[in-house]
Amino acid sequence: MTQIHMDPEVLVGLREVMEGEYPLLLDTFLDDSQKRVEALRKARDDAKALGRIAHSFKGSSGNLGAVRLARLCQRLEAESAKAQVTDLGKLVDQIDHEFALVKPLYESERQRF
Amino acid sequence: MPETLTVLIAEDSATDLLLLSTIVRRQGHHVLTASNGAEAVQVFARDRPQLVLMDALMPVMDGFEAARQIKQLAGEALVPIIFLTSLRESEALARCLDAGGDDFLAKPYNQVILAAKINAMDRLRRLQATVLEQRDLIARHHDYLLHEQRVAKAVFDKVAHSGCINAAPNIRYLQSPYALFNGDLLLAAYTPSGDMHVLLGDFTGHGLPAAVGAMPLAEVFYGMTAKGYGLAQTLREMNAKLKRILPVDMFCCATLLCLSVQRRVVEVWNGGMPDGYVHEVATGRRTPLVSRHLPLGVLAPEVFDDGTEVWPMALGDRVFLLSDGVIDTADASEQLFGVERLLEVFAANREPERLFEEIEQVLAGFRGQVRDDVSLVEISLLPGQVLHSSTMQYTDSGQSCPLDWSVSFEFRAETLKRYNPLPYLLQLLLEIHGLRGQSGALYSVMAELYSNALEHGVLGLDSQLKRDVQGFARYYRLRSERLDQLNSGYVRIHVDVLPTEVGGRLSLRIEDSGPGFDVEAMLARPLDIDRLSGRGLNLVRQLSSDVRWTDGGRSVCVEFCWVALA
Repeated sequence: MTQIHMDPEVLVGLREVMEGEYPLLLDTFLDDSQKRVEALRKARDDAKALGRIAHSFKGSSGNLGAVRLARLCQRLEAESAKAQVTDLGKLVDQIDHEFALVKPLYESERQRF
Repeated sequence: MPETLTVLIAEDSATDLLLLSTIVRRQGHHVLTASNGAEAVQVFARDRPQLVLMDALMPVMDGFEAARQIKQLAGEALVPIIFLTSLRESEALARCLDAGGDDFLAKPYNQVILAAKINAMDRLRRLQATVLEQRDLIARHHDYLLHEQRVAKAVFDKVAHSGCINAAPNIRYLQSPYALFNGDLLLAAYTPSGDMHVLLGDFTGHGLPAAVGAMPLAEVFYGMTAKGYGLAQTLREMNAKLKRILPVDMFCCATLLCLSVQRRVVEVWNGGMPDGYVHEVATGRRTPLVSRHLPLGVLAPEVFDDGTEVWPMALGDRVFLLSDGVIDTADASEQLFGVERLLEVFAANREPERLFEEIEQVLAGFRGQVRDDVSLVEISLLPGQVLHSSTMQYTDSGQSCPLDWSVSFEFRAETLKRYNPLPYLLQLLLEIHGLRGQSGALYSVMAELYSNALEHGVLGLDSQLKRDVQGFARYYRLRSERLDQLNSGYVRIHVDVLPTEVGGRLSLRIEDSGPGFDVEAMLARPLDIDRLSGRGLNLVRQLSSDVRWTDGGRSVCVEFCWVALA
């Protein structure tokens, strides 16, 4: 089930919208996401910072069809906003892991152009 | 094809920014970008985009604060802000609205929805721009209109207030300060012989059109009154002028009256106005002054009827004129004031001096809301207002003044029926500077002798008829009948001007074709000022240097002398 990591239908739509700039969008996403994952790792104990990064990451991964990544970010954003902060480190690890899966999929998509 | 807009996109995620700006650009718009709120405000201030897509959560300055600042910079113009958000909680959406957000766009982006939202916001934006534009246009027009009305009012006041409406001690009136623009017109002026002409008019329509018609009417009224024209000629001129200049659906209801203290009469013409009243103080009787004619400006000159009615008045008697705004004043429950209530006030009155106030008070107590077209005027017959100086303005220097000449006129039946030669004669005589100081006396004497020659001489009317009120009415009825049937007779006027050592002398001889009268007997009658008849000759004897009757009363000669100015 790769769809949950990278929705091909979303990509078809994006290719249509972006035309020649489609590869640039993929590059931007990969680059941007790499930075977010690193930022999440660094902010591991700062709930507020985690929430903000997760919010933004959720937006871009949702737009690019990385469905599970977006969902994990949403959970992190929601958990970080709670008064009783649970173990956010576990969620950061899951996001890290998910991006490790997602990254090669988008890289190979990028290779097609 | 929707208009090309300049759209500012503020988004901190490079991916989303790239995606969104590509979508918006592909929809045909020009795109500006910012990666945080502060930058967005900066770009907005510099490039004034027409629409903003704003991420809510951004570093440096968030979207809420940026939206607030942009709305402030935009001022009255609508710059729609669409918040880009995946925020689901209603509290966060409320924050977007508080900050001035106009709509939301949820992530992930759907380009069809985005295009629809941009178009909807553009329509809203243009609607607002149109509203502002029209508001400003209306404000400009309004200012312009007010200015025009102020100018018109200033000009009109100059014309309308050249009379004696505010100075005359015997006139009291109630009129809305907006009278110029409700079509009501109140004018008063003295004739050269000291009679008073009063006009209360009510133009159809409101606003400037009514005021425009009022101007020529006022000009005719003042010009002809000052020159000594009677009501009939003045009415004819007014009617002809209004008929010529006003559109068909516009005319002027009017009551025109001439109040003569010397002769103790009021002469009235009412065309379309509500009944006025002559209020007799001694008996409490009220004579209604009923409309017998169509308003001014309706009929062609050939069919216009200038017939007036004459009523006797005693000192202290009052004439009331009113506009339909008085009768049509409505109370809170839309009930009209009506004629009955007005007559009740008359009936309840005990002190004539208080009558005007009483009407005012009852009217004020009655009306639920103030109408702008209420005009009410009271004119009293008071003693001691004879011979006001003429209001005419002279512009010549006096160097070319004629001092040695004579002229004779003969006015025959057809002319006597319809023409009043006195204004023309007065104009002619006032070419002599020395006579201008006594123009009032001169005109009064001329008017009296001319009407004696016409009424008692040519028409053979007996002044004894005017002894009582019934006879008075009969006298004026007979006058009108006989004048209509007149086919012979004449009035001759001889003017002779001679210089003297100190100045000059005017001899005026007036002859008529009548049977004459017993001069000795007439002069022997006592100077009884309160009788309705016989007053004229006494007046003539008081005002001129010398009076002599010859030819059995068929010819009368008066003299006026003057001293030349150094």
